[in-house]
Amino acid sequence: MRLVDWPMRGLQRLLGERRMAYVFLLPNLVFFSLFVFLPLIINVVFSVTGGAALFPSERPYVGGGQYAYLFDCGSFVDPGSCREDHFWRGVANTLRFTVFQVVAMVLFSLVTAVVLNMRIRGRGFFRAVYFFPVLLSPVVVALIWKWILQRDGLLNAGLTALGGQKILFFIDPGWAMFWAVFVSIWAHMGFYTLILLAGLQAIPADLYEAAEMDATPRWRAFWRITLPLLWPNLIVVIVLALIRGVQTFDEVFVLTGGGPGTATLMVVQYIYETAFSNQVQNFGLAAAASVVLGIVLFGLTLAQLAASRRRSA
Amino acid sequence: MNRVARLLQIRRKSGRWHWTDIAAYSYLALGVVLMFGPVLWLVLSSFKTQAGLLEFPPSLLPMSQREVAVAGFPQPLPLFSATLDDGSTRVLAQVRRIGIVAQMVDPENPAQQFRIPIDKRIPVREFKLATENYTEPLERFAFTRFLGNSVFVTVVATLITLLINSMAAYALSIYEFKGKNAAMLMVVGTLMIPITIILVPVYLVITKLGLVNSLWAVILPGAATPTGVFLLRQYMLTLPRDLIEAARMDKASEWQIYWRIVMPLAMPALAVLAIFSIMWRWNEFLWPLAVLTKTEVHTLQIGLNAFQGELQTQWHYLLAMTVATLAPVALVFVFLQRFITTGIANTGMK
Repeated sequence: MRLVDWPMRGLQRLLGERRMAYVFLLPNLVFFSLFVFLPLIINVVFSVTGGAALFPSERPYVGGGQYAYLFDCGSFVDPGSCREDHFWRGVANTLRFTVFQVVAMVLFSLVTAVVLNMRIRGRGFFRAVYFFPVLLSPVVVALIWKWILQRDGLLNAGLTALGGQKILFFIDPGWAMFWAVFVSIWAHMGFYTLILLAGLQAIPADLYEAAEMDATPRWRAFWRITLPLLWPNLIVVIVLALIRGVQTFDEVFVLTGGGPGTATLMVVQYIYETAFSNQVQNFGLAAAASVVLGIVLFGLTLAQLAASRRRSA
Repeated sequence: MNRVARLLQIRRKSGRWHWTDIAAYSYLALGVVLMFGPVLWLVLSSFKTQAGLLEFPPSLLPMSQREVAVAGFPQPLPLFSATLDDGSTRVLAQVRRIGIVAQMVDPENPAQQFRIPIDKRIPVREFKLATENYTEPLERFAFTRFLGNSVFVTVVATLITLLINSMAAYALSIYEFKGKNAAMLMVVGTLMIPITIILVPVYLVITKLGLVNSLWAVILPGAATPTGVFLLRQYMLTLPRDLIEAARMDKASEWQIYWRIVMPLAMPALAVLAIFSIMWRWNEFLWPLAVLTKTEVHTLQIGLNAFQGELQTQWHYLLAMTVATLAPVALVFVFLQRFITTGIANTGMK
């Protein structure tokens, strides 16, 4: 590091001690501007242009044309009535996916956290059991489950052993969505469990002792002590799960490919395919869709900030 | 076993089993099956032969039919336990099958031939690990290349992330300067911006930089992570200021203070960030998928995804490669489990 130190000393002589802060900040800011700040602006520019060219200078201005095209629907309740029906199917699927996922995620991670917080031998081991899928890549997670759920897979073997029929899980739209939600919960539950566990452990034990002295039933202690005190952590879990749900792509894409048909097509997959799939490279439309998605995520982020502010207050 | 026995004897202070204890342990047992089972099944399956994978219902362990070399036959022959007309059973090797009749020989005495109806014979099976599932992809596909690409991306990206994020964190924790609040705001503001909503313009920037289909296209955009800056800054704020003042008195340059004093002291925080960065980078999927279209620059994750399209019928390779992809992460987890879980619980990052 002598090699770096020498020019740095020169810089310091030039700028003074205090202004060296800018030098330390500079690399990060360059990366930030180039890959976050600038793209955010370009994204908005893209969304008001048309054509197939990649460079903004070669793209004709179309005003709100892309947005108008996205929102050109006969009825907003029926995605099929929209001109860009895949976008709206993606929206509907993402909504459904997110709602199911958040509800189930909160329920399961809460139960798991409460159980892991009990006086249980091998707590560290069990905590690890629930947590380790969090580290697996989405592709690996999806392939594991694809292997189990395939036509001649383990689950169908179990079903036939119990006297049932084989089910083609990825041909049936309802099952495909169910497994998309299930696999997502399987993969990420450990993370949310951990957040709730941290909250549970912060609840003072003497509250429970006092409750026990008063012969309060355990379920009542849970209702009156645990839930209210855990509420801030629960909000964080809900909002994080919402944000993740809206952004879902990888696992579902590898698991079902968005199918059958468009039954598990998510908004992000729509954006990715609109921009990068080989048949249509419509950057303007993809950018408009991601601006819409960005606004939704921004709203959710604000909600989270408000929630975490209330927690720290 | 002893531990399991002890586990079962644990109960509440009162010394009696409360129904909630039973419910809790049942829930946890179910959890172990549900969380570990699928991965175990994947690993077991990855050692099955191609024929073994097609079996339905599947066998639990990788079993395959035993084969035997018989004098006079160039290929090894599959072994069966056959029931003869007189009701006795013998172990025979199958030469060929004609309709519903199998032509079989005694492996000890190849001259002796038998004609056995196919429903009168049961394959002789043995436990065998099909390690060729792991070795063959190395020769036949670009698997090593993908592995190399993934390792390169992970290592280089993590080093860059650690360097530039720690520099920024140092600036934001040690100094007072004009624009500090603006810089902090920028960092916080990007916390929640996912790559998905700026996919197209980042692609444009990468194209302008001439980096499409280069591994740098994957490495650079995610290098400045706001979570990393945040974590490191929180940690650096706790370092004693006197130390830095003392170093300044000793005529150490600002860079030396950062590199020689603050960085070594921030090791625990740097380690946590390093683990996270390694996980993020190793598992990254959508962005590499968008920006790396040539096979020779694929990372493991996109290689694997491409395989599952191409190799629909070749689950034996696909499963083995999936195991190989998950193994490094699993190893990291086994050794650093405590560290990772407390790190996440404390910082809420992933």
